[in-house]
Amino acid sequence: MKPGRLAFLGLVALLAAVPLAAPQFWVTLGNYIGLYSIVALGLVLLTGVAGQTSFGQAAFVGLGAYTSAYLTTRYGTSPWLTLFIGLAFTAAVALAIGFITLRMRGHYLPLATIAWGISLYYLFGNLEMLGGHTGMTGIPALEIAGLELRDERRYYFLIWAFALAALWCTNNLLDSRPGRAIRSLKGGLEMAEAFGVDAARLKTVVFVYAALLASISGWLYAHLQRFVNPTPFGIHQGIEYLFMAVVGGAGSVWGAVLGATLITLLKQWLQEGGILMTLLRDGLEAVLPRGIVPSSNFELIMFGILLVVLLQRAPEGLWPWFSRVLPARRPPPIPPAEPLPARAHAAAADPLLDVRAARKAFGGLVAVNDLSFAIRRREIVGLIGPNGAGKSTTFNLISGGLPLTSGDVVFQGESIAGAPPYRIASRGIGRTFQHVKLIPAMSVLDNVALGAYLRGSTGVLRAALRLDRAEEARTRAEAAKAIERCGLAAHLHDGAGSLALGQQRIVEIARALMAAPTLLLLDEPAAGLRFLEKQELAALLRSLRAEGMTILLVEHDMDFVMGLTDRLVVMDFGEKLAEGLPAAIQADPKVREAYLGGVEEEAGA
Amino acid sequence: MDLSIAALLTQDGITNGAIYALLALALVLVFAVTRVIWVPSGEFVAFGTLTLAGLQLGRTPGTVGLLVAMALVAGAMEVAGCLRRGEPRRIPGRLALWVGAPLAIAAAIVALAPLQAHLAVQVVATLAAVTALGPLLYRIAYQPLAEASVLVLLIVSVAVHFALLGLGLWFFGAEGSRTPPFSSATFTIGAVNVSVQSLLVVATSLLLILALYLFFGRALYGKALRATALNRVGARLVGVSPSFAGALTFTLASLLCAFCGVLIGPITTVYYDSGFLVSLKGFVGAIIGGLASYPLAAAGALLVGLIESFSSFWASAFKEVIVFTLIIPVLLWRSLTTRHHEEDE
Amino acid sequence: MSALLEVADLSVSYGKVEAVHHVALTAAEGSIVTVIGPNGAGKTTMLGAVMGLLPARGSIRYLGEPLERLSVEQRVARGLVLVPERRELFAGMSVEDNLQLGAFARRGEGERAARRALDEVYHRFPRLHQRRVQLAGTLSGGERQMLALGRALMGRPRLLMLDEPSLGLAPLIVKEIFAIVAQLRAGGVTILLVEQNARAALQVADYGYVLETGDVATHGRAADLASDPKVAATYLGIKAA
Repeated sequence: MKPGRLAFLGLVALLAAVPLAAPQFWVTLGNYIGLYSIVALGLVLLTGVAGQTSFGQAAFVGLGAYTSAYLTTRYGTSPWLTLFIGLAFTAAVALAIGFITLRMRGHYLPLATIAWGISLYYLFGNLEMLGGHTGMTGIPALEIAGLELRDERRYYFLIWAFALAALWCTNNLLDSRPGRAIRSLKGGLEMAEAFGVDAARLKTVVFVYAALLASISGWLYAHLQRFVNPTPFGIHQGIEYLFMAVVGGAGSVWGAVLGATLITLLKQWLQEGGILMTLLRDGLEAVLPRGIVPSSNFELIMFGILLVVLLQRAPEGLWPWFSRVLPARRPPPIPPAEPLPARAHAAAADPLLDVRAARKAFGGLVAVNDLSFAIRRREIVGLIGPNGAGKSTTFNLISGGLPLTSGDVVFQGESIAGAPPYRIASRGIGRTFQHVKLIPAMSVLDNVALGAYLRGSTGVLRAALRLDRAEEARTRAEAAKAIERCGLAAHLHDGAGSLALGQQRIVEIARALMAAPTLLLLDEPAAGLRFLEKQELAALLRSLRAEGMTILLVEHDMDFVMGLTDRLVVMDFGEKLAEGLPAAIQADPKVREAYLGGVEEEAGA
Repeated sequence: MDLSIAALLTQDGITNGAIYALLALALVLVFAVTRVIWVPSGEFVAFGTLTLAGLQLGRTPGTVGLLVAMALVAGAMEVAGCLRRGEPRRIPGRLALWVGAPLAIAAAIVALAPLQAHLAVQVVATLAAVTALGPLLYRIAYQPLAEASVLVLLIVSVAVHFALLGLGLWFFGAEGSRTPPFSSATFTIGAVNVSVQSLLVVATSLLLILALYLFFGRALYGKALRATALNRVGARLVGVSPSFAGALTFTLASLLCAFCGVLIGPITTVYYDSGFLVSLKGFVGAIIGGLASYPLAAAGALLVGLIESFSSFWASAFKEVIVFTLIIPVLLWRSLTTRHHEEDE
Repeated sequence: MSALLEVADLSVSYGKVEAVHHVALTAAEGSIVTVIGPNGAGKTTMLGAVMGLLPARGSIRYLGEPLERLSVEQRVARGLVLVPERRELFAGMSVEDNLQLGAFARRGEGERAARRALDEVYHRFPRLHQRRVQLAGTLSGGERQMLALGRALMGRPRLLMLDEPSLGLAPLIVKEIFAIVAQLRAGGVTILLVEQNARAALQVADYGYVLETGDVATHGRAADLASDPKVAATYLGIKAA
């Protein structure tokens, strides 16, 4: 059985047992763990998977709680209605905040979340209509089919029903078309966008998703306590949610539950009279002089120190450690399925690609200097030249990775200069990278399946509800086929990071093929391959050409290039040095001079 | 609001802003060199004020206990590290540095405390004690995590902030302190009353900024820190070790925080937990500087001081909302105008 | 001549992937040893391991002393200096600051020694003297490489490791750089030279190693390697004529 499913069943059994058998105290704790898990799940997706740190989740919890508190006490609205009103309101606020702050990169985003987290907190505390710092009382209890959920034991089931549903949805989402795209965000936007992922839009979607989970948690909280004040929605709580995600292991949905449990229990046990506190205090009093152990605030000290020690020991969080103990999952076989809708190789335009006086300057350094060349349909063209000649820069100018300083790039008769990479990808240009860009922790299969992003249509909602299985099966079957064709069938389920560098380049090619591109750009595909592997790669590229694909490749291995390509473009210092058939290029003294370093007239060539 | 009130608010704003500016510089420095967002800087400010207040009352300040405890932990970690690397010969030297030096400072303060020495002596003692905490904190909490992500370092910072809050209450107690002003003189320029105290604060800040400028521009060690901030690998290749740079950075940053504590003491009553909100204001300044530019960070901090001062006059309940909401557009502007590089340039 | 650097059974892994397998290499004091091979063969990885930037298994001895437990900084202090492929200059600092930092590990020798080292570097690279107040980030490719080399020389290396010094440079500058490499050897510096420009490297070197996908494919006297038709075909990028 999958460790995930095993853990899930164990968790459900344990959870069901708590309210039936445990004393009230444990039920209360269980309620809080459930509430926190829901928020932490959103953070796992937002921070752990998509790489966007947020300190402001507590404020979204507050939005959910206050919306319901205000509407139910002031207007007597049904709490079930306010859940959706709260979600809609939170979504609107998250969209607005996300629109502004998600454009920030690096450390601006986490700091901005602190800023709006604090602002919303002070707003809750200072608005008269929300009861100021004293808060609002008299929030009605929830009712399900006439059954009033006043009792914490009953409420417990409601909280955990939501928590498990959130867990299920988030887990589904991660294992889907949008999930792969979200996971790819951390590998650099360049990579995600090369497969048609609109990274900015996707980040916003994830941000809203996390905010909605927080809002649900807030709504549950408000009707559990039936009282709200600003305190639990402040920046300190926001920080604590992040603690939970990071300590639990922000890369996995289980990390969220683990972290929420651990932090909640730790705080409980560290309270005066708590088991851990008693142990620590007795221990310290036994070794230290009398009266030196503090009487108050000791829990804060210990909480801080324990967290530091924990993170020094396990910087990736606790879940990776747990998952090593669990039995390894055996991946299910991939049943054959109908291929995904193919992309029509659009009507012939010749030349397919026309680079016209393309220029790229970095400050004063001109990396590509008014370069012009064209590629005809069904041609394999090699772009060669010494290191630093501007070949990779040229690639990035074609794929949209870098903006042109001047000049034009025309693909199938239309200019693609200035278009973002994900739009260029959707026109039918696939690529691999000079420095391999895979998600190392993701399986080869998932990495390759990402390539088919543009050929699928499943959105976040359908993925979360697991309505995407048919399309998913087709994607996986096709990915498996592409991997097999590239000779890596044995590594289907291995983590991409565990392959040799040369094989990782081949995985990139398989991924690019999944997009069914018209033009394939390969950046040093043969680097790190052994002789036989190079021959297999050459055979693969020839058969792709036979099927109608056009290929532009940068390569250093002359044997490989000379035997494979139809035509060569030679670059040196950002300019085109020569262009022509391989044999002619080989004989060109200018090329030999530039490419071979030419310190002295060569002797034994 | 008439002109005299505006002038008063401006003066307040600039005085506070000058203090925030020092904090902002400390935060930028720490982040640039170590990638740590130094949340507990506020505690260092509070410890500065409380140490000086203790010395003025003739009491042994709680800093002594903190120094001793942290020195012992750091010493134990150093010994363990030397043994692990198979370098037992280096243990005495490391112990002298990490345990001997802090203990000597602690002993000096214990001896000095009952004397109620001259204010200048007390200030120097305060600066020494609080500054020594900086590298110890780096050694204990951050050095083992030098390779961790910014996120993990940030979480550790928050955890350290919690621990130091608790330790602050333990060592300094719950009561607040306000140190007497260095000068109560005022003079008038035109219609505006200017307090000498404010001038002192601003002048001290300016002097410190100048000193930092010279240190980073001229001294080899200053250049080594800049080099580490610019290019960690390059710095290692010329022999600047990250842990050395980290410890030096934390020494400088905690010195700046100690100065903040000394300067802010006469302005407001400081409790063991007052530092956080103060450091947050410094943060806002640092953020405006993109956590990278020193002059912009100082200017940003000054702006925060002024906004805070004026918004406390107009809408004091919303003071914090105004300060923190205003930085969002600034952040956006910074983010959009700063050029970012993909991870492999 | 005795061996300055002896590498034996060196393996380096990234995660589960081994990028360098059981490599052995010796550099005699005062010689130029070159490591050539195609992109992705593990040349840079090997230098990283010798410098201590990457964790490695196996033995690295320098002057007979094992280096494995020493940090990068300790190795620099012992006279191992690396000029990396990416140069790793301090782009936002002046040329002179970059050079001064090159002597950071020798700061104990005093201001005078640093001044003298600086003068020597300026003498060797007059261009750097002209540009001394300019920011390193604004230099041209060739000047950057000179600065990287100059910064390394400020540390008075005993073993100088150069990673692709000809990368992206015009032939004339490549010539200049290789002439300096030969001069340094004459001055007693041992040089470990990693190059893709195999022809130039083999011309200047005494001994050569050919690395292929993490293994030493062949090694021998540089002159012999240069005339080996198989090496010429694969690594010099031309068919044996």
